[in-house]
Amino acid sequence: MSSAINPLPQLKPTDFASNQDIKWCPGCGDYSIIAQTRKVLAKLGVNKANTVFVSGIGCSSRFPYYMATYGFHSIHGRAPTIATGLKLARPDLDVWIVTGDGDALSIGGNHFLHLIRRNLDVKILLFNNRIYGLTKGQYSPTSEQGKKTKSSPMGSPEHPIRPISIAIGAEATFAARALDMDPKYLEYVLERAAKHKGTAFVEIYQNCNIFNDGAYNYAVDKETRADTTLNLEHGKPLIFGKNRDKGIRLNGITPEVVSLKDVRQDDLLIHDEKASDPTLAFMLSRLQYPEMPEPLGVFRAVEDAQYQELVHGQIKEAVARRGKGDLQKLITGSETWTVA
Amino acid sequence: MSPTPTTSAEGQRRIVKLPTVTIRFAGDSGDGMQLAGTQFTDTSALVGNDISTFPDFPAEIRAPAGTLAGVSGYQIQFSSQDIYTPGDDVDALVAMNPAALKTNLKALRKGGVLIVNEDAFTATDLKKAGYDVSPLLDSSLAGYRLIKVPINRLNEEAVKESGLSAKQVDRCKNFFALGLVYWLYSRPLEPTLQYIQQKFGKKAPAVALANSLALKAGYHYGEICELFHEQYQVDKAKLPPGTYRKITGNEAVSLGLVAAAHLAGKDLFYASYPITPASDILHNLSELKNYRVVTFQAEDEIAAMGAAVGAAFGGAMSCTGTSGPGVALKQEAIGLAVMAELPVVIVNVQRGGPSTGLPTKTEQADLLQAVVGRNGECPAPVIAPVSPPDCFNAAVEAFRIAVRYMTPVFVLSDGYIANGSEPWLIPDVAKMPPIPATHPTQANDPSGFMPYKRNEDLCRPWAIPGTPGLEHRIGGLEKAENTGQVSYDGINHERMVQLRAAKIAAVKPAGDPYLWTGPQRGDVLMVGWGGTYGAIKAATLQLREQGYQVSACQIRYLNPLPEDLGPLFSQFKHVLVAELNLGQLRMLLRSRFLLDLKGFNRVKGQPFTIAELVAAARSLISNKSEPQYQAHDPEAEAPLAAGG
Repeated sequence: MSSAINPLPQLKPTDFASNQDIKWCPGCGDYSIIAQTRKVLAKLGVNKANTVFVSGIGCSSRFPYYMATYGFHSIHGRAPTIATGLKLARPDLDVWIVTGDGDALSIGGNHFLHLIRRNLDVKILLFNNRIYGLTKGQYSPTSEQGKKTKSSPMGSPEHPIRPISIAIGAEATFAARALDMDPKYLEYVLERAAKHKGTAFVEIYQNCNIFNDGAYNYAVDKETRADTTLNLEHGKPLIFGKNRDKGIRLNGITPEVVSLKDVRQDDLLIHDEKASDPTLAFMLSRLQYPEMPEPLGVFRAVEDAQYQELVHGQIKEAVARRGKGDLQKLITGSETWTVA
Repeated sequence: MSPTPTTSAEGQRRIVKLPTVTIRFAGDSGDGMQLAGTQFTDTSALVGNDISTFPDFPAEIRAPAGTLAGVSGYQIQFSSQDIYTPGDDVDALVAMNPAALKTNLKALRKGGVLIVNEDAFTATDLKKAGYDVSPLLDSSLAGYRLIKVPINRLNEEAVKESGLSAKQVDRCKNFFALGLVYWLYSRPLEPTLQYIQQKFGKKAPAVALANSLALKAGYHYGEICELFHEQYQVDKAKLPPGTYRKITGNEAVSLGLVAAAHLAGKDLFYASYPITPASDILHNLSELKNYRVVTFQAEDEIAAMGAAVGAAFGGAMSCTGTSGPGVALKQEAIGLAVMAELPVVIVNVQRGGPSTGLPTKTEQADLLQAVVGRNGECPAPVIAPVSPPDCFNAAVEAFRIAVRYMTPVFVLSDGYIANGSEPWLIPDVAKMPPIPATHPTQANDPSGFMPYKRNEDLCRPWAIPGTPGLEHRIGGLEKAENTGQVSYDGINHERMVQLRAAKIAAVKPAGDPYLWTGPQRGDVLMVGWGGTYGAIKAATLQLREQGYQVSACQIRYLNPLPEDLGPLFSQFKHVLVAELNLGQLRMLLRSRFLLDLKGFNRVKGQPFTIAELVAAARSLISNKSEPQYQAHDPEAEAPLAAGG
């Protein structure tokens, strides 16, 4: 974070709340996400005036109105484009993008890919509720095949896409996943994202209690979550289960669930978020309930050149090499003639 | 313009002085005709002629060699007088192959000089061009001063010592042709020799040597061969005093954008997606990083527009450039800039539409798209430069208005002025007034910062992120007046729609709202906008010389329209609105001023000829009837090149 050159008064999470009443449906997962985000910003001591939340269209995209920072609620799918222009013009700002599964992966799919591949230093929070909420309940690009909605009464014929697979396919330097209903872990993941230099992508499983209630019950339910999810820890073997008695091992190139009764811990797959090769992170992004536990946490966190630094580096280099441009010289050009 | 030669005997050959000459180089896309044309233009500008150029090329990069679709042309008019267009009819045509001859011959005036590369008139290439019999063998070219030159062979001979491959040698033949034309019009070789040295001298000395040899050989061939009985000379033009350079519209737009940013004391941000014919602006600006220009080649047109809006929010002088299909994609984000009231400039280098249309040909059919082409009541100022150099002014003016009125502003250039070039009286930057671009640091209301509280121009403050205490949120949802909070209230919405409309309706021009030619009363007023200025002005002057009471008005500010046009128009018996579309400006003027306006409309991918405008005005005076739009008539037109 490039905040606080001068020491600023330490802000509380509530200092990041705007004076607007939140208009999300009561019980929406978004409340938890905004609360954790405010908490992380306060904890990291960021400068409110230097922080901008940019969003597209959808329930999640109302987020900027509820933050006491600068904000831009833009148009459907285009938040990455606004954020790119803003960050390129103003590398000094901390820019966050708030988006949803429709906004980022359907109408804004192209921008999502290119933002990530450029590794612009912005944070993307994708609220994935696997449904179109603001337009009242059509299937989204992450809805499961066969899902019955208003626009798919006989079940959606479409294959869902997996946001983290897409992000890693687009060369994400940071990709992570968290649950709206696990605030502590969400806070941890958001803090990791905030501290990442480059594009940080966070998929947040978010419950839409109106149009897709319980979509993530398997992952939220205290009874089942230890068996249906797996918290990733860098350098640690992939172990999960209520009794931490199950692990994931590679069988050839296929991950498989094994019992620690049969398999030694040393034979399990070890998580390496810093691996320069994205294959492991991609493989983890394919693990899905019910066949496999779904990983939560940081899939990938590697360092690479940031786009805005490369762009401005070229400008610095050009000025150093050719000197600061002289406008009159430029306009005059090299070939002139004079009429007396 | 018809030449009136003054002859003087000098040595063995006559030197004929001409006031104005129009020539055209035509050949295969790979023949280097654009380069030959550009070099001829540069040299003519440097010797002090007035110049106007018209490059015309197909959309295919390399259509099959020798075909009609692959012909590329470059026309230049150079003169000792003021000229306004690249010329209607051509005095001399260089045809490098049969296809070039076939597609360009109609442009050559009867009795004009026709230089053909006779080596290219092979059975295969004749067939590709659709000739059953070689036109060099029958009498079809009898009306012209046909000069057959074995350019391939002469070039080969001349370049032999360079040691280049046969293919590379062949690529020098445009310089041979150029050298020959230089001799014919008494031009110096030095500027092109210098260019060759600069371009290839270090990187490829053999290529530099070969091109120089070809150029000189072409020149000497003119001197020693007995094909020409005379040589021509065009004296310096009497342009207003000052220092000039040659400039194309795309170059001028690029410089104007950089100048505007400097005048505002800010960095320029230019976001664009490559598109013909606007890509050169992106190329030009990408070279100017040491002028603190940030260019962003976006993933698509929408992203370019979104990025421009984001950069404007951050406080940059922000611009995007594209052509019509790109604007179609950008419109939603332009609407966002209207709603968010952010300053951003959109350059549309118009081309033939709809859809992909005619990518490399000119047209003016995006006017309504700019003025009313977005959802909702979504006004934006529109400026149309009238010539290549005027693109500089338009870019600066667009930024002046964008920043003062917190609004997106369109600049409607077109393929014709974007690629065409003219002399430009270089402005003195120190004399250009600064562009006041300021950002508040204090709240503008006792109750706190009001992002939508308006000033006397009805504009909101340009508060930018990073300013402590002014944190606020903007967006595409309707805003409550003053506070800028989201509001779905109908009464507030109507008020805001009217405020946005009133703000744009009251925009004061930052330059000439229109350019007038002739008295303010008469029989016919020819009205145009944008790049048709030269042709309309030249036609008007010609008509006046012929005794007709004709004036012309070229509108630069198309939204809002200049108020005084209504009273001015009513002083003429006929008002003829000439446009390269089916009547878009006419529609706007009719609805704005409730006047009966006639139209003259062409959409052939070509600029107006002076002759067709003269004929249109004369027919209006004699028949008192509206000139009708004519369906495609292959006999009546003279296409520069096939393809596209």
